[in-house]
Order: sequence, then structure tokens, then C-alpha cells
Amino acid sequence: MAGNGNNEKPAKKKIIPEKFPMSEQPPAERIRNFGEVPYGYDVETAVEEARRCLQCKKPVCIDGCPVEIDIPGFIEAIAEEDFAEAIRVMKSFNNLPAVCGRVCPQEDQCEKVCVLAKKFESVAIGRLERFIADYDYEHGVAPPAEIAPAKGKKVAIVGSGPAGLTAAGDLARMGYDVTLYEAFHATGGVLRYGIPEFRLPKAILDQEIDYVKSLGVKVECNMVIGKVYTIKELLGELGFGAAFIGTGAGLPRWMKIPGENLIGVYSANEWLTRINLMRAFEFPEYDTPIWSGKNVAVIGGGNTAMDSVRTALRMAAETAKIYYRRGEKEMPARIEEIHHAREEGVQFDFLVAPDRVLGTDDGWVRGMELCRMELGEPDESGRRRPVRCEGSQFEVECDMVVVAVGTYPNPIIPETTPELELTKWGTIIVDEEKGMTGIQGVFAGGDIVTGGATVISAMGAGKQAARGIDAFLTDK
Amino acid sequence: MAYKILARDDITSESVRMVVAAPHIARKCEPGQFIILRLDDKGERIPLTIADFDRDAGTITIIFQKVGKTTYQLATFREGDEISDFVGPLGRHLDLGRLGTVACLGGGLGVAPIYPKVRALKADGNYVVSIIGARRKDLVILEGEMRAHSDELFVTTDDGSYGLHGFVTDQLKLLFDEGRKFDTCLAVGPIPMMEAVCRLTAQHDLPTLVSLDTIMVDGTGMCGSCRVTVGGETKFTCVDGPVFDGHNVDWVEAKGRQRRYAPQEKQALDHFEKERGSK
Repeated sequence: MAGNGNNEKPAKKKIIPEKFPMSEQPPAERIRNFGEVPYGYDVETAVEEARRCLQCKKPVCIDGCPVEIDIPGFIEAIAEEDFAEAIRVMKSFNNLPAVCGRVCPQEDQCEKVCVLAKKFESVAIGRLERFIADYDYEHGVAPPAEIAPAKGKKVAIVGSGPAGLTAAGDLARMGYDVTLYEAFHATGGVLRYGIPEFRLPKAILDQEIDYVKSLGVKVECNMVIGKVYTIKELLGELGFGAAFIGTGAGLPRWMKIPGENLIGVYSANEWLTRINLMRAFEFPEYDTPIWSGKNVAVIGGGNTAMDSVRTALRMAAETAKIYYRRGEKEMPARIEEIHHAREEGVQFDFLVAPDRVLGTDDGWVRGMELCRMELGEPDESGRRRPVRCEGSQFEVECDMVVVAVGTYPNPIIPETTPELELTKWGTIIVDEEKGMTGIQGVFAGGDIVTGGATVISAMGAGKQAARGIDAFLTDK
Repeated sequence: MAYKILARDDITSESVRMVVAAPHIARKCEPGQFIILRLDDKGERIPLTIADFDRDAGTITIIFQKVGKTTYQLATFREGDEISDFVGPLGRHLDLGRLGTVACLGGGLGVAPIYPKVRALKADGNYVVSIIGARRKDLVILEGEMRAHSDELFVTTDDGSYGLHGFVTDQLKLLFDEGRKFDTCLAVGPIPMMEAVCRLTAQHDLPTLVSLDTIMVDGTGMCGSCRVTVGGETKFTCVDGPVFDGHNVDWVEAKGRQRRYAPQEKQALDHFEKERGSK
């Protein structure tokens, strides 16, 4: 079948209408641990699933992928049980397939436009991506990465999240001398501090980052660029030919309501960072303390809210509830995450927003006052705007609140690089094609440019900036 | 990369001074800024003020009191040992410039963070009146250093074993009673001390800056663990501070938030001591 499939008549083989299922840790069990929820395909299932692919002549799935993976190419190799070729194809486009296979919203990207999806379920592209990445980590089948001869030019990457890791890996493969700066003591950015173990095990993330390092990327942790070196100093006395800013949107957004500084109110970032990065769930074996409530309220409807609420259950909350100001349909979280949360016993209250957090005399959370909402006219995001139903205020009891209503761009680089042009939201303005800022040789991408978005869109931006940097340094 | 301890001494029975090799921080830091350290792979991230720095030698001096698990463990580190992670310089640098006559009050270990500010103020031509306090004589720190960079230095002890018997506020009150005038006050120490100073200086309309030592995780504005209400607005100590207008700080909230992990902190220390005992 190689390459001679046809978009119009996939008739020669019998179509299996549904994706092969992936087994999962049962809900009652998994809320007692931080182990990964889905187990991943075994070899047999992966090959069967890969054979569902029609190998379209015009693979629209590739257009749906921000890092332009040759999807039919790697799937065909899996179907032919040539796993070394499958991982080679994959890694020539994507440095982080084990991450993407787990956290990408495939249902909105490659799988959404899959030709099979018109009548049936799409090919399980995400599950196959995860399969081939995990298979390679287990069996080490990937051929050595092709690295271009050294160009003798230095590039600094600031921030080791998905955008930075992608840009660093791509540039290293092009032959640049790449240094990756990270403010925390460990690399990965939001992949490490934000996404919980049960969705992305840290051991998997470590393997992906080790791969990027194996391409020749030098990593320097504990470096808060802007504070310790400015961008100007990187390009000046440190001798970098170009710099990429991928510092993300790490600043928590608050609701600005009374009681938000009571003890027991966490930003999602603090709650998740203490647990994911600092491993407070293993306190006192690990030193970082955490206080976790019995009746937990999480405000927000995105993936971070789902991660926060599911983490609360694993920290032994008796009840864990999502409060979201719009309806279920409007929730930005992935359907899979909402589904998993519901299976685990998370409760949902839609069309409701807190007016204030209520406290005890000694400053701890004891509840919230909320107001019912209804959906009005669509706002600039295209979603219907929530409108208050006056007089509908009511109180609920809870002893912990996690605020997961979004983030702002991290301000340290913009503040210490006055030449950067910013939007009114504090994001950095870049040339859309190359990803270069107004400063020659300084590029930016990911959430610091777009505001809070997805891992894969940040990776796409990292990829694009790597090309932009290559063009810039080649012309120079 | 780990960060080597080049010198270490017990400056009192409760506090330790360490000189750490961190040339990239030393070349950039300014008085009032802090670092965050993590001792090992299982460690917590804790902020410590940069008590001193030497740009030429590439070193940062920290002074800490043994209060919790991390500081007790750090106190066991010797010259030549390495600290796993050492990040900085963090926080806003406070350029005070020439203010006139400045009262600088340091309570307990708070003398360590106030010392670099005193040095900078003196260098900028201010008239510096320093008041440092401790529970008892043997816990007074940096007296010589403070004296060298102050125009006047007063010492107070809670038990009267040295200097004025009382708190730093008692000494300041005496100066006010003598009719002394100040243009600005700086106060660093435990929250009750800073709160008491602010109450007193408010009566004399004396602008007062305090430096807060809140619980932090990242130290770069990402988590909000260190948030504090100043003048009705939420501020992050790590990126907006650590220095704030003391008359506008919500001290009741700050006190509660500072104590919020007290049971866990005790548990961590007990766990550490048990593990050490079994070795």
C-alpha cells in the first residue's frame, strides 16, 4: 500500500470504524496514586491501528500539525513494523514525541482533519505517536540523529519549556552551538512544573530532554535571564549571535475578589508547582510542604483547572469541584481530561463565578460566595460572554480554593529589555514569519508571544524561530 | 553545576555565615536583592538575603538562622561542600540614593539584610543611625560591620544583657523623645518587630520601608506564594519587593500567611533530626 492510497476510494481494505482502545488505570485505583492514567498501545494494537490509516495522497493531517510531522510516513512504517524508520521519521520533525503523544489536543488538530473522521473515528495519531516514542525509549531503535557540521555560531535559548526545547533541538541539529537557559533548577518549563505526573510522567520528560541534550544542547539551570544576564549581555559580552525568548506565560491571573489572599487559596501555578516540580506529594521525604484541603474548589475550565482538581483528589480531597463561569460546551479543557476528571469523581458546577472567598477569623478559607451566570452575546473570543444573574448569590463550604483562570506572560525579560515591543497584554510582538522581535537577532515564541496556549503551538513557534534564526545567522 | 561553600562560620549559637562561589550573581547583584537556594534533589527552595557580595572574588555571603529543616541542614554543610542550586539575583534592587538622616533598624537576623543597605546609604552620603536588637547579647550579629558603616549605632537586647534593655522600638522612641528627626526609616526583622516599628513611625509621620521575608517557591513571579497586600493591592514579594512601604502592609494577613506551613515545618525538622540520629 505504500504511498498509493487514494483519498476517494479507500475501498480495497475493510475499514475498522473505531480507534483501537487504549487501556487505562481504573478510576478508583488511580485517584490513590500519581501513576499515569492511560497505559499506551502494545505493539500488536499499534500495528493494527496504524493499518487503519488510508495513506491519503494529500495528507491533510499534516496541515493540522503545528510541527508538520509526516504523519502518514511514520504511521506507514509502524504498519510495516519498521519501528526504527517510524521513529526516524518522527524525530526528524519532532524532538518531543513522547510529550506530544500525551498532551497534544489531537482531536482539534491532526485527528480533526483526518479523512477517516468524516465518516468514522479518525486514526489514533496521538496514541501512535506516543507508542513509537515509548517503543524507542524502551528498545533504543532510533538511528543516531543527523547533525549538520558545526557552524561555529552560538545561539542562546531562554526558557526550557516546549518552545525552547524545540528551538534548541532544531538549531543544534542544524549545527549551531546552543545554550539553553532555565530559571528553575530543572528543565522542561510548564511540562515539569505544570503538567502532573499522571498525565506526563517526569521520567518520560527526562528522556525527551536527554535526547535534546544528546543533540549537543548545553543546559544551564538556575539562570534567571533578565536578572543575571540581560538579553543585551547575551548578544554582547557573552557572544551569542542570536537569542530566542521562550519564557512562557507563567504569571498567575487572579480573580481580584475579596478573600483571595486567605490561607488555602492557591494559584494553580503554586498548587501544581509545589506538587509537580517540588514533589510535595512525597513530603516529608521531599522537603517542600503543601497544605491540601478536604473540600476543594477549583475555579476555571481549562486543562490547568482539570490538572488542579484531579491533583486535589490524589492529595486525598474528599470532594473536588470545578466552578466554571460558562457552560460545559465552552470549557477550553480537552474532552479527554474532562472525561477522566468525571470518571474520577470530580463534580462540576457550570455558569457560576465566585464573588468572594470567605475566611475564618484566623485567615483560613471556609467557603465562597458565588453568583449564577447566564450566557449573553459572544465576546471577542467568539464564545458567549457570561453575564451575572443578580440576586442569585449563594454560599458554598470549602477549605481550599485553586484559582485556574489563566496566566499572564512572564514579565522579567520584557521589564529588563526595554527595547522589546509589547502588546497591551504584555506579550512580545514578533515578525509573524520569522519570529524575530524588533531587536535584531532576538527572536521569541510560545506563550510569551501568544499568551497562554498549547504545548504544541509553542513547539511550532520554536520550530519556526529556529528556521528564522538560521536564516538570520546565514545572511549575517 | 553546584555552588561551593568557600567559608563558613557560626556567628552566634543560632546563626551561620557562609561565603558561596557564585560569580555570575556577584557581578550583578545589588543591596536588597536575594537568592533562592536548594540544598539537594529533595530540597525545598528557600529565599535568603544577599548579606554581602564581592564582585572581584565572585562570592555571595549569606547569613541564616537555624529555624527549619533546610537551615538546620545547611548549617551542617562545611567549607568545600556544595549547594545544589543557587539562583539570583532576585527581587528589586532598591536605589535609595541621598535621603538625609536615615534610621536603620534590624531585629535579630534582620540585621543581615539591613547591613548591605546601611553600607549603600552611608556610601551615598546619608547620615545613618542604626539600631540593632537581639534576644540576648550573644545573639547580636554584625555589630562591628554595622558600626563601621553607621554614624551612630545603638544596640538593644530583650533581656538587658547588652545595650538598652528592650526592643529596637524602645530605642527609637527614646530618640524621638529627644527630638531627633529622621527623613526615612528602614526596618528589617521578624514581622512583629516590623509591625511595631511601623506603628511607632506612623505616629511621627516618618516614611518607613520594610523588607519582607515571605514563603516562596520560584522567586520569579510565577506562583504567588509570597503575595502580600500593600495599600489594598496584592503584591508579589519576589518580583515587586522585597521592600515595601511598611505603613501600607496588611500585617495581620502577612503574619497568618507566614505561619501557614508551621505544622509541616515542624514535621520536616523532626523527620530530618530522626534521619540524622539514625545515621
